[in-house]
Amino acid sequence: MGEKLIEIRGLSKVFRRDSVEIRVLAGIDLDVHAGDFISLMGPSGSGKTTLLNIIAGIDRPSGGELRVLDADLLSMSEDELAAWRNRHVGFVFQHFNLIPVLTAFGNVELPLLLTPLSRRERREHVMTALELVGLGARADHYPRQLSGGEEQRVAIARAIVTDPTFVLADEPTGDLDAASAEEVLQVLAGLNKEFRKTIILVTHDPHAASYASVLHHLEKGVLVRR
Amino acid sequence: MKIPLRYNLRSLLVRWPGSLMTAGGIGLTVAIVVTMMALVGGLENTFVDTGHDGQLVVLRQGSINEVNSFINRDLFPAVRFLPGVARDGRGEPLVSGEIVVVINNTRVDGQSSNMIVRGLTETGFVLRPEVRIVAGRKFRPGLREIMASRALAERFRNMALGETIRFARSQWKVVGIFDTGGTAYDSEAWADYTEISQDWDRPVYSSMLLRAESAAAADEIRRRVAADPRINLQALPQREYFAGQTGAAAGGTKALGYFIAVVVGIGACFAAMNMMYGAVMSRAAEIATLRAVGFRRRHVLASFLAESLIVGVAGGVLGCLLALPMHGISSGTANFQTYSEVLFNFRITPGILLRGLAYAAAVGALGGYLPARRAARMKLIDVIRE
Repeated sequence: MGEKLIEIRGLSKVFRRDSVEIRVLAGIDLDVHAGDFISLMGPSGSGKTTLLNIIAGIDRPSGGELRVLDADLLSMSEDELAAWRNRHVGFVFQHFNLIPVLTAFGNVELPLLLTPLSRRERREHVMTALELVGLGARADHYPRQLSGGEEQRVAIARAIVTDPTFVLADEPTGDLDAASAEEVLQVLAGLNKEFRKTIILVTHDPHAASYASVLHHLEKGVLVRR
Repeated sequence: MKIPLRYNLRSLLVRWPGSLMTAGGIGLTVAIVVTMMALVGGLENTFVDTGHDGQLVVLRQGSINEVNSFINRDLFPAVRFLPGVARDGRGEPLVSGEIVVVINNTRVDGQSSNMIVRGLTETGFVLRPEVRIVAGRKFRPGLREIMASRALAERFRNMALGETIRFARSQWKVVGIFDTGGTAYDSEAWADYTEISQDWDRPVYSSMLLRAESAAAADEIRRRVAADPRINLQALPQREYFAGQTGAAAGGTKALGYFIAVVVGIGACFAAMNMMYGAVMSRAAEIATLRAVGFRRRHVLASFLAESLIVGVAGGVLGCLLALPMHGISSGTANFQTYSEVLFNFRITPGILLRGLAYAAAVGALGGYLPARRAARMKLIDVIRE
């Protein structure tokens, strides 16, 4: 078992809509170690995306403790969180979230623009990431010229190009057909096996979840390990 | 700029109809503003470029211009023989006694307007070396002959070469057309001093123009004239005198120009703001993605502000191109001190074009600031949830 990257204790999240309180997460305890491939499964509304967003520093919990890489995310400002995300988190969205007016290269290069790398070094990193997901030859293509599966692979390349501490994937196969979904899952599995990349995958697809080494189930905001 | 400019450029290209409409709107605004600046610049240039260092205009004490100044002829020698007055090759003092009258004439467009007729002698030409006779010849002393500036000949009836104009008690034949290179004298017609003086029955001078031997001599002449209570005159540097006339002709136009620039600028700001709000709202997911990969709020703010600036500057370039054909076009406006027309050319200089671009950039920045701030302040989690 690798170094402990994430330690969550008694984490809760409550949404307030008008005067109604909706408890989305309750008493979550979770440890993530370097090299883990964790799958968070659960039905819609079970709180899995909320948990992922909290780990990524995109959302804030209502209570509990959260230490990621020994950093206290709860005390960080929005801009500190943005810088922290750039260094440690690669995020893969369900809807790919590629910038339509930038090429695959331009999209993958985005996180590197915040680093001190030179133009040449950035190019090398981007091409390495694109080749890792099998799209080295499509660097100059715009998102509209790519299939859904290819778009998601570009999004994965963008997530790993800075060599982040962990990759967070939120329903990465949710918008894909079976064949494309398989390609994306193979890429994620390869990253975990070959490069020991820590991955947390949110999915409601049992097949996708089967790629993970650790499976957690969320039901009504409560974590159930299986 | 952390977020690459090509992101903004391509986003603008993708939404080209909206971008073009906004840039076009700003462009029209800039065209108006540049034209107004060209008008004011042309007017100011007319006065500021008039005169020579070391030359003085002598007026009656208390007069603000030549039209409402009169000087008895017996004072002419007192000025002519002041120490420090430069002399010509024959040893004659370079002092030109002149009379300025205002006559009413009909413009070629049928409107009635006033124009200045100056009576002067040969010395007046010596003191104005910028005068070029472009057609015909000089008037001859003792004859009812007149010369018109080229601008005046083009703007007023009966002022073309060979035509005759009636004013005062006589018919005056136009025998020459002159050009003084865009100075205030290009709004005048010139004739012999004695003929004008007699025909108007005004045995006085309106002003005297003299050349001093040096700058120090000019200062001394000014001091002597001001200090002599018998002559009751004032001597002003020729350049300063004409620069002082600028306000009378250009002041109102300038104020109107600023007013128009502000009003149309506010309208253009709203156009830019509308476009940028649309851009921000339709690109919420892109903004969220940028924030998610690590870009900070200030990066997003700078990016959208830059996008609005690009539209503004593009509009500025368009506006400058639209306004350029105005360069050199002749027009006239009233000088409310002399109640006569000042003729000038619209003058678009590189400085005016730069100010036009700066104005456009300011419109872009002001219009884009609030939408850019909104983009920067979007809560990442809210956008991601949507």
